[in-house]
Amino acid sequence: MTTLEFTNVSKRYKVRGAGDMLALDDVSFTLTSGQTIALVGQSGSGKSTIAKILTQLERASSGEVLLDGEPIPHRGPGLRRYRQRVRMVFQDPFASLNPYHTIRHHLERPLRLDKVVPKDQVEDEVRALLERVRLDPDATIDRRPHELSGGQRQRVAIARALASRPELLIADEPVSMLDVSIRLGVLNLLADLQRESDLGVLYITHDLATARHFSDEIMVLHHGVVVERGAADSVILDPQHEYTRALRDASPDPDKHFAAGAASTARS
Amino acid sequence: MSLTTAPAASSTDDALASEPQRPRRVPAIGKSFAMFRNGKSLTGLAILGVFVVIAVFAPLIAPYDPLEKDFTALRQGPSAAHWLGTTHMGEDVFSQVVYGTRGVLVVGFLAGIIATFVAVLVGVAAGYWSGWKSESLSALTNVFLVIPGLPLIIIVASQYEDPPLILVAGVLAITGWAWGARVLRAQTMSLRNRDFVQAAKANGEKLWRIIAVEMLPNLTAIIASSFVGTVTAAVLGLTTLAFIGVIPITNLNWGTILFWAQQNGAFPDYWWWYVPAGLCIALLGMALSLINFGIDEYVNPRLRSAGERARAMRKKGLAMDGGVTEVRVGQGSAP
Repeated sequence: MTTLEFTNVSKRYKVRGAGDMLALDDVSFTLTSGQTIALVGQSGSGKSTIAKILTQLERASSGEVLLDGEPIPHRGPGLRRYRQRVRMVFQDPFASLNPYHTIRHHLERPLRLDKVVPKDQVEDEVRALLERVRLDPDATIDRRPHELSGGQRQRVAIARALASRPELLIADEPVSMLDVSIRLGVLNLLADLQRESDLGVLYITHDLATARHFSDEIMVLHHGVVVERGAADSVILDPQHEYTRALRDASPDPDKHFAAGAASTARS
Repeated sequence: MSLTTAPAASSTDDALASEPQRPRRVPAIGKSFAMFRNGKSLTGLAILGVFVVIAVFAPLIAPYDPLEKDFTALRQGPSAAHWLGTTHMGEDVFSQVVYGTRGVLVVGFLAGIIATFVAVLVGVAAGYWSGWKSESLSALTNVFLVIPGLPLIIIVASQYEDPPLILVAGVLAITGWAWGARVLRAQTMSLRNRDFVQAAKANGEKLWRIIAVEMLPNLTAIIASSFVGTVTAAVLGLTTLAFIGVIPITNLNWGTILFWAQQNGAFPDYWWWYVPAGLCIALLGMALSLINFGIDEYVNPRLRSAGERARAMRKKGLAMDGGVTEVRVGQGSAP
């Protein structure tokens, strides 16, 4: 059982000429393996800052991030060990894969870096990973990212995140850059993988509907502050904070039909 | 030898059959050279290749020693014995041009290699770091950008009785690396924040690996273009220096030929003396520029598609020169 504690974390960015910008203000939550938390908020609410702090691409200005009760080392083998246990799937699969390298390279690197399997089994492991994300190894392994579709690329990115056999996965808007028609497929894949390996997932999104579909718990972030948290259904069906209500009302509800006049205006 | 059991796809080669994924690796190497795979670059490379062959096999190609004097044939026009005539000392111009290729190419490429090395080092470091390290490297680049090249070389060269080629190349490189470093810095800064670099960092890749394996391959086109650009500048710089007499005559290159021609009143009557060397400089410059245009088109697909569009329109018999889109004039009522 892995537990990641995010305790009283604040993050300040220095903005040239404008003093400090408080991106995160005293945010706390706990993520354990097997659990899915959705982090919902609009652009600029601090979602990605949380992801960057969790992957240690940025450091918190104050507060602590604890993995199994221990703070994350800032460098050295300890940091590598942490990064092996907590992995991230980036938002944009068109940008997160190096256009120059093959899919094989992308999946081999984490395997070799973290010495997940002995050297002579790397090839087999790469193929196994591709199969886990429902890609045909023979058709994809020697391709480059630009030869794959967006959905296929995001599957590769997910496979890369899983390569080091992490215990926790941070998914930073993993489907927001994909076609609506394949979003569900990728989300279901994530859900399956989570069940298979008892992953803890922090699902960062701006989409309340997928958050409800995918997660047990929802946290709503607004201007760097968690304004509401609770079980997924209760947050959606009975939002307490007005920002959550505004977010919910902002997404189209399939049960509610437009009035005839409104629909025609919308189409024109 | 039962051919029936072998999979149909991997037909003849048993080695290939055992490793079906191998052949697909070929494009991986090919991709590094994709920028040269267009008409302009290929033409440029072909011309450059001819010059390289001439430089390497100069003793086989040149009919005479370049400094061999034949006092029975002074300032003679092209003939069967001397294809490009002779100088005022009876030296064979053709042999001089052939041997001169060596000096030009050696200095050009040496300067290009040194300058590109420095440009990559400084440019990528300045782009990857941020803060005062990046700013000071950038300031250094700017200083070298405004150092006037020729006067500096004249000063350095005048300190030596017989400046070695490596010194000339080194000084040409020192004055030539800054432009490449600037472009590389800008491109590296944009690469640094791309997600795939962040992903490599989050995976725990080491800094040198992120730079060498993840970033540099995405910079190859710019590095190549910066290299070709510096070689062009170095070739022109060298011939200029030789022409104005800063580099002593012992270093035979096209510029030296022009220097002697000018010193001995070859202009304009003894055209065979100076035209070949001048043409060679122009031709080599054109070849290098063509290679760079090709790389440009590869890096900036908008240029490529503009060219293709122009060709397609010409095929249809439409003129591209008219910058204004023709509008069919209707009944004459202006809106």
